Order: sequence, then C-alpha cells, then structure tokens
Amino acid sequence: MNALSRHHDRFNVPSNVVVHARGVQKSYGTLSVLKGVDLDVPSGSVACIIGPSGSGKSTFLRCINHLEKIDAGLLLVDGDLVGYELRDDKLYELPASTICRKRADIGMVFQNFNLFSHLTVLGNVTEAPVQVRGTPVKEANERAIELLAKVGLADKRNSYPSQLSGGQQQRVAIARALAMNPKVILFDEPTSALDPELVGDVLNVMKDLARDGMTMVVVTHEIGFASEVADQLVFMDSGVVVEAGKPSEVITNSSSARTREFLSRVR
Amino acid sequence: MENTSDKLGVPQFKTVPLRHPFRYVAATIVVLLFTLLVFGAARNQALQWAAVGRYLFNDQVLDGLLQTILLTIAIMILAVVAGIVIALMNLSPSNLLSLPARGFVWLFRGTPALVQLILWYNLALFVPEMTLSIPGVGTLFSVSSNDVMTPLLAAILALGLHEAGYMAEIIRSGIQSVGKGQTEAALCLGMKPSKLMWRIIMPQAMRVIIPPTGNETINLLKTTSLVSTIAVDDLLYSAQGIYSRTFETVPLLIVVTIWYLIVVSIMSVGQFYLERHFARDQYAPRTKLSTVAFANIFRLRREVVAK
Repeated sequence: MNALSRHHDRFNVPSNVVVHARGVQKSYGTLSVLKGVDLDVPSGSVACIIGPSGSGKSTFLRCINHLEKIDAGLLLVDGDLVGYELRDDKLYELPASTICRKRADIGMVFQNFNLFSHLTVLGNVTEAPVQVRGTPVKEANERAIELLAKVGLADKRNSYPSQLSGGQQQRVAIARALAMNPKVILFDEPTSALDPELVGDVLNVMKDLARDGMTMVVVTHEIGFASEVADQLVFMDSGVVVEAGKPSEVITNSSSARTREFLSRVR
Repeated sequence: MENTSDKLGVPQFKTVPLRHPFRYVAATIVVLLFTLLVFGAARNQALQWAAVGRYLFNDQVLDGLLQTILLTIAIMILAVVAGIVIALMNLSPSNLLSLPARGFVWLFRGTPALVQLILWYNLALFVPEMTLSIPGVGTLFSVSSNDVMTPLLAAILALGLHEAGYMAEIIRSGIQSVGKGQTEAALCLGMKPSKLMWRIIMPQAMRVIIPPTGNETINLLKTTSLVSTIAVDDLLYSAQGIYSRTFETVPLLIVVTIWYLIVVSIMSVGQFYLERHFARDQYAPRTKLSTVAFANIFRLRREVVAK
C-alpha cells in the first residue's frame, strides 16, 4: 500500500503495535455497545479479552476486521486503517472489494467454526490462498497439509466438516486462518461451543501458536488459559476497557471492584 | 421357556418385531387391481395398441419431441438466468432494487402461463411497433412486432418469464438458507463479494435449489404442451396434426403420454445424481440410485432390530 495508508508515524503508534485502538465507539441504534475502547496489542503478543456477556468484547473483536462498522474512534491494524480511508480528517468507508485485501491479513476464528460445509478439510484450508492470493494449487495443498499436521488433523484432509467433531472443526478453522499468513488472528470465543473434553485440544493448538510468536487477540471465558498464555489480560465491561495488564496482576490484585467481582463469579 | 435365562440367571428374551398383517392384505389388493388395469388396457380395442406402436417412432412425433425438449431447455436457461438476477435484486439492501424484483415475481407468478402465452403471442395488438429513439438523436431502429414475435419466441418469452418468477423465489430461498457465518468466514479470508457468492454461497445454496428446480423443470416439460395453442409444433401439436388427418386420436395421445413419461423418468435420474453431487458431504460415499429407489419396495414390515 502507499505511504498514505500507513499511519504509524502520523498517529504516534509504536511500529511494533499490530492492533491499535483509540476511543472506538459503536452503537446499534440507541444502544451504545462500545463507548470508547483503547487497546494496544504489540506484535508477537497475546491479548485475552474477558468480561461479562454484553460487555462488547465480541463486538470490539469484530470491529478490528471491519465485520462491524465503527461509529467513531481510530482502529489501526499493522498501521493500516481497516475499512476506511483517511481524507481531509474524515474516515471514508471503502468498498467491500478494497477492504478484503486488508482483511486477508487478519485471521479470524469463530465460536461456531463456520467451516465451508461444501468443501473438504483440505479445500477449506486451500480455498483462500488459491482464490484470494493466487497461490498455485500444488503449493497451497502442500502448505495446507503442513498446517493440518500442525493442528493434528493431517489424516482428516479428505473429510467434510460435518464428519468432524467440534474440536476437530475448530482446529481446521485455525489451520484455515493460518494458511493466509495473517499478521494477527482474532479468536471469538473459540471454545464456547465445544464439549468440555474437546476444549483442551483447541487450547493446546492456540498455546503452540502463541509460543511460535503469533499475534493473537482472544475473546474467551477460559480464565485458566488466559492467565497462562496471555501477555495482556483485558477486562471489558459496559463497552469500555476497565483494566488491562499482566494476567497475574489483574487476577490476583485488581484495582477495580468490577474486575474482582467478575473474577470471583467465574472462578 | 427353559432358554430364557443364561447360566447366571440373567433373562435373555428375544424381541419379536410387530407384525403388520394388513399390509399383506393391502398389497394383495393393490396387485390385483393393477393386474386388472393392465388386462383391461391391453384388451380395450379403442386404445389401438397397433397404432400406438406404429406412431411411437413416427418422424413427425420425434421432431415434436425434439422441439419440446429444446423448448424446455431454452425456457429453463432464460428462467435460471433471469431468476438469479431477480433473486439477487430481491436480496439487495436497496428498496430500489428489491421492490421491482418483488413486483416481477408478483406479476409473472400471479398470472396463468396460458394467459401470458396468448398475450405475448398477440403483442402486436397492443404494441404494434418496437422503436428505440433518443430525443435529439432520432430513431435508432424500429421493427414491427408482428415480424419479431414468432410463435416460438412468444413461447420462450412467456413461459421463460413465468418460470423465472418461480426460479427467483427458489434461488432466493436457497441463498438465504446459507448461514451468515459462511459469509463472515469468507469475508475474513479476504474474499471479494463476487467470489464469495460464486465459490461459497451458491455451491451451498444449490443443495436447497436443486430439488425444487428439478420439479420445476419436469413441470415445465409438461407445461410446454400449452404452446400447441399458438401453433408451435411441439410433441402434442405434432400428434394433433396427425390425428386431425387420421382420426386416431386416442393412440396418438397415448404415444404423447409415453414420450412425456420417458423423458420425465430420465430427468428424475439426472436429478438424483445432481442432488447427490451438491449434498456430497451428507450422503454416504457412492450411494447408488438403485439402493434408494428400490430399498423399500419389498419391505412389508419395518426392520426395527438394531444394526
């Protein structure tokens, strides 16, 4: 992209920050869901967002890749605006065909997996590299098999999603996101729809990713996972970030009464 | 009774499936009636089976059959293309697009095919000339409706637009059946809206679209017989042409019936394989048509014993 669309310098964002949010606001009609969210996610770090339901954490995650439009504020991913173009101090919304180029760098893993049900596991992983990036099919297949091996599902490559368990589907979804070599992966409650005994497999794959230095933003209810993996634990409530910091600090001696109350209820 | 317990005294009862004696009675009656019907038809002199055999492969009949098939294909192509456009318009967030689409469906689905057919055929009565002129530039072209609106074109337009009204609704419901999550997942992978539609949504929508489309095509094949009223020489019109000379009305109508049945049967087989292709993640691999079609024919009592 041209120099205009890189805004690290212009907004004084440290160059290693992948997700930079300042005063992000979003409302549905009169219901204000995000009331000014601030967050920085440095490259190679893991930010886990926790908070009560309705606190706006999933909405914020979906704003990062412009699945939801923001009403006000600044959201940069790798120094780029997603979904908007800055001209004359106004953010102009871009057409979908332009947005998708930037979206391709932002991976997303959904609560309900959302695998393409008409494609095999291998097809799910290779679809975007081949169709969006123009990777040759042979190369995409090799890389996909590599990624499927990484999530422990190389032998399922010819199965259809409906033939897999929830945990397996979610691991395929992670491989599908990885196939695009994203700069950051967003996880929207990735284990909430899983049977308890399948949660571990998915969390292990995510831990491996964190260890490999993948930048991740994870909305989760798994406090145990968050405290183990997160570099930054973010507590959101009523559309704002109440506090963010090292998991040990947030969990053991939070300065906020709301955080303490939430943690006491989920643990 | 001594065998109902094993060595440890645990009861080992055998289950006996419920018998359905009435099914045997009903099946016997049906077979009997069917036999009577076949004998009655075979013995009925008025049906003139010899004439049926003579005309079954008559050149004029076969030409009519070909015309009927070609007409069905042409109409269906027009209906599918128009149906996709109308369906996409209908799903547009803009009322400027969705309202005309709904109007189209309302108009063409709400009027009988035969009425539309005759209206298009008589287009010249209310639109004598078709003219394209731009103010200040002049007339670009002008043609007489009578010259353009041949019976064949009237047939394709009338039935094509009528069918498009139905196809638009079938395609719309198919597209809507694909979950929103599929769209979001594809968008997150950087897919353009057009690619998203053709690579992700449509292949999955086909699962919902194919069965009713198959029914529509079969329906359409039979509906094309209406074109005989405006002198398009389809299967029925060809047969009518022959029996108006020879007065062998009944045997020729039987010939027509036989040909419609043959083509519909072939189409049904094609529909089965199409459905299987688009639902390939649902079917056990390589389900054969014969397994599905004949699985229940000889089953008089349902197997309730677990596998």
